[in-house]
Amino acid sequence: MPDQTFTVNGETVTVDAPDDLPLLWVLRDLLGIRGPKYGCGIDVCKACTSHLDGEAFNPCVTPVASVAGRSVTTIEGLADGDRLHPVQEAWLAQDVAQCGFCQPGQIMAAVALLRRTSTPTDAEIANVCRCGTYVRIREAIKAAAARM
Amino acid sequence: MTENAEHTGVDRRRFLAFLVAAPTLTVAAVQLDTPGAAAVPLPEPPDLGDVLNLAALPTSHLLTLKVAEDGTVDFWLPREEVGQGLTTAVAMLVAEELDTALDTVRVHLDKARPELLFNQLTGSSNSIRSLYRPVRTAAAAARQRLAWAAALRWGTEPDRVTTRGGRALLADGRSIAYGELAREASSDRFAEQPLALKPRAEHRLIGSPTSRIDARALVTGRQQYTLDLDIPGAKPAMVRRPPTIRGSVRRVRNAAAVETMPGVLAVTAIATGVAVVAETFGQALAGKEALDVEWGPGPVDELSDDSLRAKLRGAVAQGLPPLLGRYVDAEFDFAPVSHAPLETNCAVADVRPAHATVWAPAQSPIAARKAVADAIGLPDALVDFHVVQAGGSFGRRLFHDAAIEAAQVSKAVRRPVRLMWSRVDDMRHGRMRPATHHKLRAVHAGGALLSFRHRMASVAMDVRHGFGDAITAGLTGLPLVGETTAQAMFALSVRSPYDMGATRQTLTEVPLQLPTGSWRGVFSGTGRAAEEMFVDELAERLGQDPVAFRRARLRTAAQRAVLDKAAAGWGRELPAGWAQGVGFHEEYRSRTACVVDLDATDPKAPRVMRAVIAVDAGRAVNPRGIEAQMLGGLTDAIATTLRAGLHLDKGLPLEGSYSQFHYARQRNSPYEAKVHVLDGGPDAEPGGIGELGVPAPVAAIANAYARATGRRPRSFPVHFAVDFEPFPR
Ligand code: FES
Ligand code: FES
Repeated sequence: MPDQTFTVNGETVTVDAPDDLPLLWVLRDLLGIRGPKYGCGIDVCKACTSHLDGEAFNPCVTPVASVAGRSVTTIEGLADGDRLHPVQEAWLAQDVAQCGFCQPGQIMAAVALLRRTSTPTDAEIANVCRCGTYVRIREAIKAAAARM
Repeated sequence: MTENAEHTGVDRRRFLAFLVAAPTLTVAAVQLDTPGAAAVPLPEPPDLGDVLNLAALPTSHLLTLKVAEDGTVDFWLPREEVGQGLTTAVAMLVAEELDTALDTVRVHLDKARPELLFNQLTGSSNSIRSLYRPVRTAAAAARQRLAWAAALRWGTEPDRVTTRGGRALLADGRSIAYGELAREASSDRFAEQPLALKPRAEHRLIGSPTSRIDARALVTGRQQYTLDLDIPGAKPAMVRRPPTIRGSVRRVRNAAAVETMPGVLAVTAIATGVAVVAETFGQALAGKEALDVEWGPGPVDELSDDSLRAKLRGAVAQGLPPLLGRYVDAEFDFAPVSHAPLETNCAVADVRPAHATVWAPAQSPIAARKAVADAIGLPDALVDFHVVQAGGSFGRRLFHDAAIEAAQVSKAVRRPVRLMWSRVDDMRHGRMRPATHHKLRAVHAGGALLSFRHRMASVAMDVRHGFGDAITAGLTGLPLVGETTAQAMFALSVRSPYDMGATRQTLTEVPLQLPTGSWRGVFSGTGRAAEEMFVDELAERLGQDPVAFRRARLRTAAQRAVLDKAAAGWGRELPAGWAQGVGFHEEYRSRTACVVDLDATDPKAPRVMRAVIAVDAGRAVNPRGIEAQMLGGLTDAIATTLRAGLHLDKGLPLEGSYSQFHYARQRNSPYEAKVHVLDGGPDAEPGGIGELGVPAPVAAIANAYARATGRRPRSFPVHFAVDFEPFPR
């Protein structure tokens, strides 16, 4: 099997994996990076949302070969050591998470979205939250936008 | 032993705490009364939670609390955390009674402990109701022992020692940290003294809005769910499932070929399908898709929406018109709904010849452990079942099918496995809230209501797996309230809060081999919601305002207070095409009302713009958590009322992902949602909250839709077209 080399959360990694294996499973099963979650596997729920060179993307539908030489950031790499990202802080302030399973993806999507616009529309906040935390998510995004 | 002999309100249970032999302070709470209808009278009329409490009585002991020498407190919780914030509320109870900081308390989910019998069941919004007193008793006993230990060191009387912030204090300013006292406090030299729980006026934590103790882990990705656990050697496994619900495996035609696919380690047939074990889930998924299997039929292959609905409608008849008075009839239908927790069904299992260990989200772990043991042919005692925090549940984790499958696969392939369901399978082969049909009738004369009758037909609800057993046990010796466990649950939970004359509500079960289960509430999400829609219809026929109509018929001041709070903005000016709607619900010894403003300018795309919810959950342990639960219930209501349901087509749901099962998104959620948590009064005990929040907003949304469009919806969800291409079977 081919070697795949890319950067995750600032570290260069090389894994032995077929080109077409979705990155989500390379992260979770081969590298043990389990912040990104599986919720659908087809780019619908957005629970796996992470960043590729700073932009939101969904590793469940991204073949590992396509990230060769690029930089992947997962929820584990968002905070600066113990210093949380302002979006994470906003999430804490609103006490957003219920079961929390969607929240790594929600937060990574919100961070990328707020880099593009400080006033995202509801349609742009596309991640599924089955616990129905949307009202607090919207408040947290608004609060984070004001601080970023 | 120290006894808490406080008797208040309906809760006449007494708890005591005792010292557990351990090097550091460890206490356990125990139930003092022998259970039985005579010793523990049930409140009249009992509700489902009262019955579950009764079932839990003999084993309220062994809630264990430990104070370590560094001052941290460990508490083992015999319940499941599914996102309802239970571990936070329990940590608050412990910290409050122990006089220590919240962040020193660690709450662990206890593994399956069969000696707990019915006291390890998470359901029916009953956790805080059942734990409020015993948890505080354990913490109070620990606090008392720490104070004694400090008094001994200082050579003073224990009653001169106070406690605060994890320290024992003397008036002269001296203080000792709990951690330093933990060892001495575990001495059995201390004489038992009566134990008093803190009076409410002294509560600092209980009743104040508190954020989740696990919030930081949840926002940093550090929270470990079942498939995030590092179990050495555990390989990913997925199961290919039949083309119809509960179909069977006849033959795998290409197992050898699939076993040569990249990363695939093994292929093995189990009762529910064919499992593929691989190095990664991606490869297990590819392997499962490549399988060529000859399937046997399932028990519901002929069943589709039309036949299902006909069966339900035919199961109950409205009856002859009344001889006296005029009457109003109405009918409602609800489609089945997937639980669809974001974490799909999953478990990790490590089965060895003489021992097995399982990790899974489980609300009923004792029953789960037994089912696993039976499935792999080991005695129960040789199975360890660890409960892992769940990525959502809504009732789904009362079932442990994934744990059974993981154990079977692990046994067959002789290695530990991490088994996960695909999203498509989770929706199509998972559990569902059963489809229901409702016939309602009210008889009135001269403006007065003479009678109210609700006949509900439901696809049989699967209430086994520990839940039904607990109810059966709790009901032993009590008057029979239904012929089946489900009917007993219906009678204990679906109650009209109104005085509407002679009232009768009945459940008819339609036995079908569909995988059903309670869905954030047992029967109320449909049954009580239908009644609240009917109440609006009745008010309209009698020419009365829906809020005033309800207000006049609610029975208690507490009910009216909740309605008044939610309806404070009732009747306000709204744009054309908008309308308000109201709903009320009382259950779990809690009550709530909801008013929504619905924009139905485009009747095909209605949106809840604003929601006001009032809730009286008795003693509100964590108002912030209660608000979260009510917002979750509101979102569930928006989804299931307007767009989310399952279509059944020849023995299989068509929906296979969130792009097809239209659970609400941000664009469906209100711009403004206000939750008022009312004070339940000085003597209130906590009521249940987890499932309370669904029925009232379901009705409020449907009622608003009727008022905005002039057309009363009869079938839910309101917009339910098959607007997608179903995945292949
Ligand atoms: S798992 Fe990647 S979008 Fe759902
Ligand atoms: S918090 Fe549970 S799915 Fe979003």
